Amino acid sequence: MDFPPSFILPFTIGLLFISVFLVIITGIWISGLPRIDKSRIIKSIFTRKSLQAIRETFMEALLHRKIFRKNPVLGYMHMSLAFGWFLLIVVGHIDAVNHYQTFSVPAYKAIFMRYFVTEPATTLSGKMLAASMDLLLLFVLSGVMLAYFKRLNSRMFGMKKTTKLKMGDRIALSALWLIFPLRFLAEGVSAGIHHNGSIISQPTGQLLASALPVQSIEMPLWWAYSGALGMFFLALPVSRYMHIPVEVVMIFLRKYGIKVQKRVSGYSRIQVYSCSRCGICLDSCQMTHADIKDTQSVYVLKHIRNKNLTDEKLFNCLLCGRCQPDCPVGLELNNLRMTQRIESTKEYNSSYEYLKNGPVVVSPQTEVIYFAGCMTHLTPAIIKSMKEIFAVAGVKYWFMDEDKTACCGRPLMQVGQYEAAKKLIEHNREKIMASGAKKLVVSCPICYKVFNEDYALPGISVQHHSEYLLELMADKRLPINKLPLRVVYHDPCELGRGSGIYHQPRLLLDEYAEVIPIKNEKEAAFCCGGSLANIKIQMDERNQIRDKAMDEYLSYQPDVLATACPLCKKTFAKSRDLPVHDIAEIVCMAIRQKKDASSDKIKSKKELKMELWG
Amino acid sequence: MKNFGYSIIKQRTIDYDQFDGRLLNEILEMESSFKVCLSCGGCTATCSAGDLVSFNVRRMNLLLRRGETMELESEIKKCMLCGKCMLVCPRGINLRNVIMLIKKSILKYKLSG
Repeated sequence: MDFPPSFILPFTIGLLFISVFLVIITGIWISGLPRIDKSRIIKSIFTRKSLQAIRETFMEALLHRKIFRKNPVLGYMHMSLAFGWFLLIVVGHIDAVNHYQTFSVPAYKAIFMRYFVTEPATTLSGKMLAASMDLLLLFVLSGVMLAYFKRLNSRMFGMKKTTKLKMGDRIALSALWLIFPLRFLAEGVSAGIHHNGSIISQPTGQLLASALPVQSIEMPLWWAYSGALGMFFLALPVSRYMHIPVEVVMIFLRKYGIKVQKRVSGYSRIQVYSCSRCGICLDSCQMTHADIKDTQSVYVLKHIRNKNLTDEKLFNCLLCGRCQPDCPVGLELNNLRMTQRIESTKEYNSSYEYLKNGPVVVSPQTEVIYFAGCMTHLTPAIIKSMKEIFAVAGVKYWFMDEDKTACCGRPLMQVGQYEAAKKLIEHNREKIMASGAKKLVVSCPICYKVFNEDYALPGISVQHHSEYLLELMADKRLPINKLPLRVVYHDPCELGRGSGIYHQPRLLLDEYAEVIPIKNEKEAAFCCGGSLANIKIQMDERNQIRDKAMDEYLSYQPDVLATACPLCKKTFAKSRDLPVHDIAEIVCMAIRQKKDASSDKIKSKKELKMELWG
Repeated sequence: MKNFGYSIIKQRTIDYDQFDGRLLNEILEMESSFKVCLSCGGCTATCSAGDLVSFNVRRMNLLLRRGETMELESEIKKCMLCGKCMLVCPRGINLRNVIMLIKKSILKYKLSG
């Protein structure tokens, strides 16, 4: 038996190491899943979900469809590297199987085939395969070239910012950048000596042979190529390129229905490792408007992985969720941050023993429980409007927090005080259930989200007032009157991205005023900057974020900025650039105007505008 | 003895030689906006927790500066973190961070003694 040449050692050691490492670490992560998630895997593994996961792996991890949507050049760069490399491996193996006429070809014989097979391909299939290997390598090399350019100028790729690299990343990145040019050179030199090349490697080989002592550099080049491969595999676990294998595991688990929970688990670790640190999340983050540039999702995930996350960074985020739709890997960025916040503050949750529920006295005809929320109590115009609307529609309601009521619990949750929030939730829940009413209408999206997701309220439908007013209007319980006003609607984070309510407020507003479509709306909507989720940001920084959003709204020259959140209203109103009103106020204003019209006191547009400034 | 409804106030002396400034210094360093508090009491007037139980956000500042950590600890537990205080504060003090920092620091110094 003849031994293979020694240059295959770096590659073989690297491949063995990374294979063993990946098997062990995936085993640890999967065994760290909650029991319910493990049973999800067992139930789903032999179903169509696995096929769907394979399809998604192909579309996202190889073709990078989501990055294509963000920017075609950036997408091409990722696709040529991932899909091109994948095809090189697959076609390379087919080529080797075709040549050796056996299926048990060792990996090194396929990867370094042009070293071992010194005679040119004679069969048609062999020639075709050799030519496609050459073209594939060219395809990958075009991606590597783009990667060089991207490091020099990331703006060309539609990215304003790019992440900083650490040591492990640098080693892996250098190795990755070297692998394909070295392969190209090694195959070219071999072709120059043995004339075993194809459409591209053969002319390259002849060119090299005419200029260089190919005999003496052949071996060093194959060594260098094998070394670059081995180095890449060895550096993989300490680099961001760990996302390549882990993302595949993540896609499968996600398809099986596993989600990031409140606690750190095997799956949350998998998600952390699936982050490729591409930095696309940096572009959509509004914290950069206030010159805060080190607390974005990509950095927090990096710090979680390196176990050096500080509270200053963890809590300096609005949790607006604007980065999430942009993430090409589809990571649950907000939930991942939440697991860390819960972990960081778990030792000092309050128990609120002073909360005592007295008897709840509510008339049995009560249709609706109205919960304004703490923030709405600071914007009394919203409460006044809601009361007026309830009266016009003849709704029998119980104003649950008119006087002295506990907070909904969401602000505590946002800073990780989950156990403390549970106490408030239980307290409020008892009251709501005791009232006997079947509908809970909430004016604050922050409260709405927690009532909807974390309160167990069987038989009670929870609605934000935008949904409820739309329903009242559809039931013809509210008069309709279109005001001659141009409105920009600001999507509150907790209502829009947080709860998926984009259309109801717009449908409602459309009946009472003219809604102007804008660039950054719905999923891409701005945060007002007032978010309670950020406890580190300073007031002047909040104002900078608000002003930037306000600038865009002003460019549409609306008469009024409408929102559906008391906190957004309060934040924007402070800028004094535009009158800011909640949709309930606008509906109420329109109804009032209609009443006036019937008594011949119709207001001109100018008078209306004056009224908007209140 | 006839009860006139008065009682003798317990003696309360704060010995500043015994003052442990670690907590105060740490909070002021981590959240410097707290330095500009002018004790207007807006926070206390709007407080949701203050509606339900005797709780005074403004007094927190006083307790912290006097080094009355024991009392501060039992007081601060009452806060529901709703954030109204922050919105009414005329100095834009980041009060929710102050509260979270105090909670965390008290725990830290208890552990380290």
